[in-house]
Amino acid sequence: MTTSHVTADVPAQRGTDGETPVLEVRDLHVEFKTREGIVKAVNGVNYSVKAGETLAVLGESGSGKSVTAQAIMGILDSPPGRVAKGEILFKGQDILQLPEAERRKLRGPKMAMIFQDALSALNPVFSVGNQLGEMFRVHQGMSKKDAKAKAIELMDRVKIPAARSRVGDYPHQFSGGMRQRIMIAMALALEPDLIIADEPTTALDVTVQAQVMDLLAELQAEYHMGLILITHDLGVVADVADKIAVMYAGRIVEQAPVHELYKRPAHPYTRGLLDSIPRLDQKGQELYAIKGLPPNLLKPPTGCAFSPRCPKAQDICRTELPPLVPVSEQDGTELVGRVSACHFWKEQIHG
Amino acid sequence: MAEPIKKDEAAVDVTAVEAAIERKVDRGEPILQVRNLVKHFPLTQGILFKKQVGAVKAVDGVSFDLHQGETLGIVGESGCGKSTVAKLLMLLETATAGEVFYKGQDITKLSGRALKAVRRNIQMVFQDPYTSLNPRMTVGDIIGEPFDIHPEVAPKGDRRRKVQELLDVVGLNPEYINRYPHQFSGGQRQRIGIARGLALNPEIIICDEPVSALDVSVQAQVINLMGKLQDEFNLSYIFIAHDLSIVRHISDRVGVMYLGKMAEIGTDEQIYEHPTHPYTQALLSAVPVPDPEARANRERIILTGDVPSPANPPSGCSFRTRCWKAQEKCSQEAPVLAVPERFKGQDTPAAHSSACHFAEEKQIVPVH
Repeated sequence: MTTSHVTADVPAQRGTDGETPVLEVRDLHVEFKTREGIVKAVNGVNYSVKAGETLAVLGESGSGKSVTAQAIMGILDSPPGRVAKGEILFKGQDILQLPEAERRKLRGPKMAMIFQDALSALNPVFSVGNQLGEMFRVHQGMSKKDAKAKAIELMDRVKIPAARSRVGDYPHQFSGGMRQRIMIAMALALEPDLIIADEPTTALDVTVQAQVMDLLAELQAEYHMGLILITHDLGVVADVADKIAVMYAGRIVEQAPVHELYKRPAHPYTRGLLDSIPRLDQKGQELYAIKGLPPNLLKPPTGCAFSPRCPKAQDICRTELPPLVPVSEQDGTELVGRVSACHFWKEQIHG
Repeated sequence: MAEPIKKDEAAVDVTAVEAAIERKVDRGEPILQVRNLVKHFPLTQGILFKKQVGAVKAVDGVSFDLHQGETLGIVGESGCGKSTVAKLLMLLETATAGEVFYKGQDITKLSGRALKAVRRNIQMVFQDPYTSLNPRMTVGDIIGEPFDIHPEVAPKGDRRRKVQELLDVVGLNPEYINRYPHQFSGGQRQRIGIARGLALNPEIIICDEPVSALDVSVQAQVINLMGKLQDEFNLSYIFIAHDLSIVRHISDRVGVMYLGKMAEIGTDEQIYEHPTHPYTQALLSAVPVPDPEARANRERIILTGDVPSPANPPSGCSFRTRCWKAQEKCSQEAPVLAVPERFKGQDTPAAHSSACHFAEEKQIVPVH
């Protein structure tokens, strides 16, 4: 890998406070072989998460946010998918180089994932107690009896009422919110250092969503874990994230601390997303809409992938891929943790 | 001998209904009046002699008006009966009890020709644009299919042109008429669904979660299109959704449903700025606000537990099991949907229909 690549250096700058991040993704490329050709789902993603920190990955469907997570967890469907290039450093160690048996030891005790649809993620033919206990039986060699006791403890932890009597119930006997709690319990079972939550509340109602997000935040603080929250909901992100990475067509187009991003986005795509939220003073008027459609990753547009939909696109945008560059104040002082992949980020942020 | 007379009666009835339907309703007048609508799905036991052992009370006495040219938003959690209300209004399900008056005619009692005439005027746009379009039919066939049932709207030779017009209206290239649904993206498919709904020049369109399956950047496009079409064709919408900010953007009035009942109904400002029902307050406070500054200083009411089963709803007020204000009275007496006693005759935005014994305003951060 060449170090001259601007984007590759960005996460490294973040570790200046001496703390190594729990997870660092460097220049990750993932592609899928299909009959129509090679789909480049992830094209050079960089991000890092520290212990106790929440990184939100924001993007539309097909932007590569879930594929990145799958690559980190090592659960990418391969074939057809494969990691073409890049490094995934878990506590400084490149886990892509590890043999499968070693990676398996990481999944569960060190990193865990919460999936969107709890009903299809849980096995319908085993009781939830059995599935929760499996974590302890497989990874810690516990006896069935001890594992069951642990499962009850966990269910209590995620506030499932009457855990003792419900430990033998099957997934279909729980409501959506309860099932998502069980998923969270399973991910937390071995107190991992990193949790990846892929749209954990998309399938839930708002009142239940609030319960689940609260629980997740509380447990994260208690165990001091790193959390990667994958979502497309700008509201959820504003509530829980510390920093945000916005993805578009397999690349990160902007990364910023949460307050900064909402206050003054440095990429037209982020601007567009924020503007398309219905606002009180716009009632009765047209909503701002990003025109056009997300790109086809079989034939991504040349230059900036967002250029066909961008209101500010110029000739250079259609020919040259903008690198992810650090964003600075008008007087040149660097804004810590902010990067943008737009040729005209200065105009975007400073007007 | 009795038969011809019956037929005559029916014929008179049909012409009367048809005349009533032809009548133009002025803007702001009620076009659809729903009264005590009830739908219970029976729960049966046994194989041969299906004994009814109970009922899922999906919709349990819902009343509201839809005015000409307005958008009525209906919000609520999954399982609260909002989609069943949509199906009842479309007459896709038969109501257990209650009436739906369309221009003064109770459409739940109609059949045959009169029913067909009514159906032309009430159309639906579905939630999932992936399953609501037949994959084996071309876009032209899908949008043109309503004309097979109502040939009077477009004569045979005219249909292709009419379909192309509709494609143009919803912002699709008219040349796409021979393509199949899989060749379109989600947002484009939803436009096809909307074009199909518009084909018969209806007066009411019932939209059941029309944008929830779409990406954020595409949602705004579809919402804008629906707003534009409403002005252009003078449509009345019933807009069912769970995204409260989108409902607020598009609706003139909003109804909040809980467990088959209407908890609160009023104008968008009354509901969002001055909710008096505790469920509405909890619902609004739970919505994540896309503004990180609001994170620290907003009060959130987090409800405990889940929605009770509609097969066995709590006695009295159905919300009392999750309500922080619940008292003895709530378990004994079901509150009626009316302007609360304490706000009666007052000129405040809080004076709107709310089904709670202890309705009062509570300061919450509004949804934008």
